[in-house]
Amino acid sequence: MGSFFTPLSWNDSGFILTGVMNTITISLVAIIAGTLLGLVVGFIRSEANKAANTALGAVLDILRSVPLIIQLILFTTYIGAMGHPLDPFVAGSIVLSLYTMAFMAEVFRGGFDSVHGSMITAARSLGMTYWQAVRYVQFPISLRAIFPSWLGVALSVIKDSALVSVIGYMELLRTSEQLISRTQQPLEILIGVGVFYFIISYPLSLYGKYVERKMAV
Amino acid sequence: MISIQNVRKSFGDLEVLKGISLDVNKGEVLSIIGGSGSGKSTLLYCINAIETIQSGKIIVDDIDVHNPSTNQDKLRQKLGMVFQQWNSFPHLTVLENAALAPRIVKGLSKDEALSIAEKELIHVGLGDKFDMYPTKMSGGQQQRLAIARALAMKPDYMLFDEITSALDPELVGEVLDTLRMLREDGMTMICVTHEIAFARDVSDNVAFFNQGVIEEMGTPDQVINNPQKETTRKFLSKVLS
Repeated sequence: MGSFFTPLSWNDSGFILTGVMNTITISLVAIIAGTLLGLVVGFIRSEANKAANTALGAVLDILRSVPLIIQLILFTTYIGAMGHPLDPFVAGSIVLSLYTMAFMAEVFRGGFDSVHGSMITAARSLGMTYWQAVRYVQFPISLRAIFPSWLGVALSVIKDSALVSVIGYMELLRTSEQLISRTQQPLEILIGVGVFYFIISYPLSLYGKYVERKMAV
Repeated sequence: MISIQNVRKSFGDLEVLKGISLDVNKGEVLSIIGGSGSGKSTLLYCINAIETIQSGKIIVDDIDVHNPSTNQDKLRQKLGMVFQQWNSFPHLTVLENAALAPRIVKGLSKDEALSIAEKELIHVGLGDKFDMYPTKMSGGQQQRLAIARALAMKPDYMLFDEITSALDPELVGEVLDTLRMLREDGMTMICVTHEIAFARDVSDNVAFFNQGVIEEMGTPDQVINNPQKETTRKFLSKVLS
């Protein structure tokens, strides 16, 4: 009598690889979209007056304070109930990107604020327009300074992307859950998944520390 | 020429310039001395339109600086400015610091901008520092870089806002020597300064500012060696003691 459960085999590698690729895809989408949106919002935060900043800050606070898993479920359920069911990849990308944006915005804002106003005045006194001073002086100086924090947010997004499994996106964690229910080998599979996240994250965080040290000198 | 006509400037309720009038002709050096809060730095900021004014007029070569139709970015190309804080661009090498504005503001080619920058840096004695990052240099060297960076725009006038005040005492000399050299070159300059000896040696005219008005103005011999007013004498005896 054959077992109902079939053990893990090399035939599963294609399935696992799909999960790996999906995790990488949605992480990249969220990091890129979150970075671009965060750059814009962070710049507005750094330049805007107090009233606009309070309103914008409130939205960002909500995005950063409500657990990602709740945002994912709320968004997907609400959009579905409105009669516009979204593909899990699309819904997950939107929520994860906005979540990333909320953190990136504060990183960028801190970076822009760290460039002293007198530096911009000096650039303007050379005849640069406002946007030339932003593009050639304020941005390059602050973007270098924030690189380590930017990398930190990007790394946590890769790990947080595992939560998108709750809305049905076939990323690494969800593929492994399915494999576990078939093979009943949770230990091997979960250790493997953990090792994968470690292999991606650890070298990047080492690189971030290296850059930080180099800039501190 | 720079002509300042009855200029008034307030920050909120605080009036810092109370009707300032003075002229600086081409090739002249004017030093402005006075206590802190006397409005002398504010006047410089108003001349190149970093600050607005409430009334009066500032004319730079027939350009009405604070007229709304004036292109102030264009105007600032005529007016080089160096600040108390040197504000070197930390992400660029010394050479790139001086070449940036000629390239992006004037639209010069990279080679043209670099050759102008090289010339100005050699002029201020930084010919051996082209590829260095400014944060590795002393304050005096960074301040000379700031001067070269402003000169690379080929301005008609230079405005100096207490450029030696943030320097260690042993570095003041090299920066003042650079200003003396500019004087020899015939550059028109307005120097807000606390270096009274420098003002005496280098200036054609000295203006003593006190609480937003020009208390006394004239040749260095008049204002510094033979001050007529009690306030001027008091100020000078304080800074010279």
